[in-house]
Amino acid sequence: MDSDLQSAKLDSLQTLTACCAIYGQKELQEFLPSLWSSLRREPLLQVFQTASEKVEAECLAALHALSACLSCSVLSSDTEDLLDSFLSSILQDCRHHLCEPDMKLVWPSAKLLQAAAGASLRTYHRVTSSVLPLLLEQYTKHPQSSQRRTILEMLLGFLELQQKWGHVEEDESTLLSLRAPVCSVVFSALTDPSVQLQLVGIRALTVLGSLQGFLSPSDLELVVDHLIRLALHEEDSQSSKAAMEAAGSLAPNYPKVFSGRMVPRLEEELQSEREGESPRDHRSLRQRCLQALAAVSIHTSIVRETVPVLLQHLRKVQKGSEAGNAQDMVSVCQSLHRVALQCQRDAEGCWYYHQTVVPCLLAMAVQAAMQESAHPLLGKALLKEEVLAAMVPVISAATTHLSPELAAQSVSHVVPLFLEGEVSFLPQNSFPCSFQPFEDGECLEAQRRLVVLLMAFVCSLPRDVAIPQQERLLRELLALSCSCNCPFTATTAAKCFAGLVNKHPAGQQLDEILQLAVNRMEPGLAEGPRRTQALTLLLWVTKALVLRYHPLSSWLTDKLLGLLGDTELGPAAADGFSLLMAESPDVLHKGCHADVRIMFRQRFFTDNIPKLVQGFHGAGPDVKANYLKGLSHVLNHLPKPVLVTELPTLLSLLLEALSCSDRVVQLSTLGCLQPLLLEAPQIMSLHVDTLVTKFLSLTSSPTMAVRIAALRCAHALTSLPTTVLLPYKARVIRALAKPLDDKKRLVRKEAVAARGEWFLLGSPGR
Amino acid sequence: MVGPGPGGGAALENANPLIYRRSGERPVTAREEDDELPDSIDDREIFGPRAPPHPGGAECRRASASESEVPAGTCLSSRLRGGRDRPCRPVNDAESTVAVEFTPTIPHCSMATLIGLSIKVKLIRSLPERFKLDVHITPGTHASEHAVNKQLADKERVAAALENSHLLEVVNQCLSARS
Repeated sequence: MDSDLQSAKLDSLQTLTACCAIYGQKELQEFLPSLWSSLRREPLLQVFQTASEKVEAECLAALHALSACLSCSVLSSDTEDLLDSFLSSILQDCRHHLCEPDMKLVWPSAKLLQAAAGASLRTYHRVTSSVLPLLLEQYTKHPQSSQRRTILEMLLGFLELQQKWGHVEEDESTLLSLRAPVCSVVFSALTDPSVQLQLVGIRALTVLGSLQGFLSPSDLELVVDHLIRLALHEEDSQSSKAAMEAAGSLAPNYPKVFSGRMVPRLEEELQSEREGESPRDHRSLRQRCLQALAAVSIHTSIVRETVPVLLQHLRKVQKGSEAGNAQDMVSVCQSLHRVALQCQRDAEGCWYYHQTVVPCLLAMAVQAAMQESAHPLLGKALLKEEVLAAMVPVISAATTHLSPELAAQSVSHVVPLFLEGEVSFLPQNSFPCSFQPFEDGECLEAQRRLVVLLMAFVCSLPRDVAIPQQERLLRELLALSCSCNCPFTATTAAKCFAGLVNKHPAGQQLDEILQLAVNRMEPGLAEGPRRTQALTLLLWVTKALVLRYHPLSSWLTDKLLGLLGDTELGPAAADGFSLLMAESPDVLHKGCHADVRIMFRQRFFTDNIPKLVQGFHGAGPDVKANYLKGLSHVLNHLPKPVLVTELPTLLSLLLEALSCSDRVVQLSTLGCLQPLLLEAPQIMSLHVDTLVTKFLSLTSSPTMAVRIAALRCAHALTSLPTTVLLPYKARVIRALAKPLDDKKRLVRKEAVAARGEWFLLGSPGR
Repeated sequence: MVGPGPGGGAALENANPLIYRRSGERPVTAREEDDELPDSIDDREIFGPRAPPHPGGAECRRASASESEVPAGTCLSSRLRGGRDRPCRPVNDAESTVAVEFTPTIPHCSMATLIGLSIKVKLIRSLPERFKLDVHITPGTHASEHAVNKQLADKERVAAALENSHLLEVVNQCLSARS
């Protein structure tokens, strides 16, 4: 252990650790003093920063093992208590370092003490009874925030060890006897102006809160008050966030205190109207209240308190007429979403949430839509696309984890609401007129928009839940997606249709409805005012079927491929390939129980790439870009190993794509090539000349994103064999000098990285 | 020199370049993402975010630097600053000047020239040619600061030093250290 060779040190320490598990204290007895003096040396070297982290870690592990071994000794009255004398020598050497004014060796000493203390309950008590009062004293002696932070962090290290043994026993515990000073130190940290000290204080609070029986009820009240203050009124957002998260960790342990004290306070702050406060400050306070309410909603009993508060606030915002209401509503929805996610793990909480929130949101939306129909100029915030879109994840998260029986209950209400205007299950269900979102008529435009909420619900249901009147629903959705004037509604209807079709059991009914869809799509695509809408429907239905390997998907894909040559729809069709391959956030993903077969992307690739390539070669010059775009979208979503195997056949196409003047194609291709350079350098080497030329020229593109991507590719080039690259070194370094002075910082950053690597090519020392 | 190295060539071996984790990515602003608006070159681009206080001591011994820029982490015994206590700003885009001051914490550290050279090389490779570079030792912190500063300021001597493949190797090693 005293050797200069690091490997010798490591070996000897690991051997010692292993020995401790086998030998007893009798064997170790005579070696203890010298072992200790060797063990302590490495961590204490840290002050000179010549300590190796590995060796230090092994020293601490060895010390831990040694202490654990000695703890297993049986005491008898006449023999020496080895553990006690061993610990005494450790304490003697380390204690005074903790008290040094310049605090040079505090950390190493603390680590050594913690290693010994963590070994067993006995060592823990022995060490902490000596060290904790000392640390508490030191905290008071050092007034500077940075020093206090260090001391508190060391204290925290010991507190965290206590967690190993769970509860705090009355008769033995030093910690319990020091409760008042420990709490006072932690609370003082929470009120310190230094953010870093506050953060450590919050962490300490979380640890103390996890120790059963430590915090008294009056302590808890203070804790809640501090957390509220930090979460809502502390300027620094880091502290605010940390306090909210701490409330979330502590709430499950003390649900009554949090629901009884914290939630009412948050509610009060949320509703308070302050005089003289700027609207911006008021909004940020409200947002913090909303975030805090969500963070603390971990336990079902607390959820029962917070959800009504959130819904009440939503209603209040809905009625108000301030500008920026939409943003406020989105914030509430975000908090509701978080709560929904937290409720998912508990069946009772999940059902409570679903039953309370979903009908409430639907009722508010229906009410707003009806008012809109009657007085179109009022412009309700709730009906804005961004607010409706914010509600989607809330309803979806509230639905995905329902048991099939409860989901069936819920669907038997929601579907009739939309199909028949059956509003009886909604709270406050006296409405001025009837709800008929699937009927035609100018004045029903607002009502139609609510189909997005239907989509959120019905596409998130577990798969074996039967949907009442499903065929009728599908027909209505299909009609809406084709005939509606509003793009938002048409798209939503298409998505809802697709989501249902994806999960529909195979058979005659499915085939019929799909045939119906095709019959409506084809004329719509051929000509007329609604070509884009028809394309949207095509894309979503294709996606739904590709995911489940339905045979009709190939016919539909061919249709899409054909559209790449269309002057009007070509670019949108090309982007559609991204829609097909990418993960959609609201429908048709695994989280909402969609039928997603494994490797569907690979299969799509294999089936369709030859056609894309063929189409590209046969295409006229003005539409070639569409094929490339489609191709690069597919490639970008493929798992890398697959991409690498297919590379040789595609490379020439990709290189050609680099010369395309379309910015999206360039970006796509560059994004494709970069990982390939890293993973298939040998193949890429064959084209190094083209690659260097193209990349360098694209570093002058007018588009920032392209410049960045080109520079990243230039950087990635350095993975190719050095012999291949050296002839280009001087040229590349010269060329990369220009982007060092690019007007955009993000571009410069990439240029520096790339150029630095090129300098190191072939140089000694790389 | 710190540590038990026998000095000279072996000292270079012992001063293994420590690898510094970036203490946090510089957050990207909306302006920086805008294609049209130019960003001037500023201090943080060169010097990176401030390091958190080192828990082991009152002084921050590990200099902070953005990984893509100056490799302050090349030597254990130095501390890097952007010359903030001088009246001029360390980085001046409009006038194309950069001033970097570094502080060897051991006053007789024989690595001072090497550190300065590495910093200088990194700046040369990373900044547009229009920049005038000034790399020097913080006044009053090194025994031979005058001589070292003079060497670093002399372009021809720097170029000649980099022709020395052994020296270049060490410099490249420092600059290619990654986290």
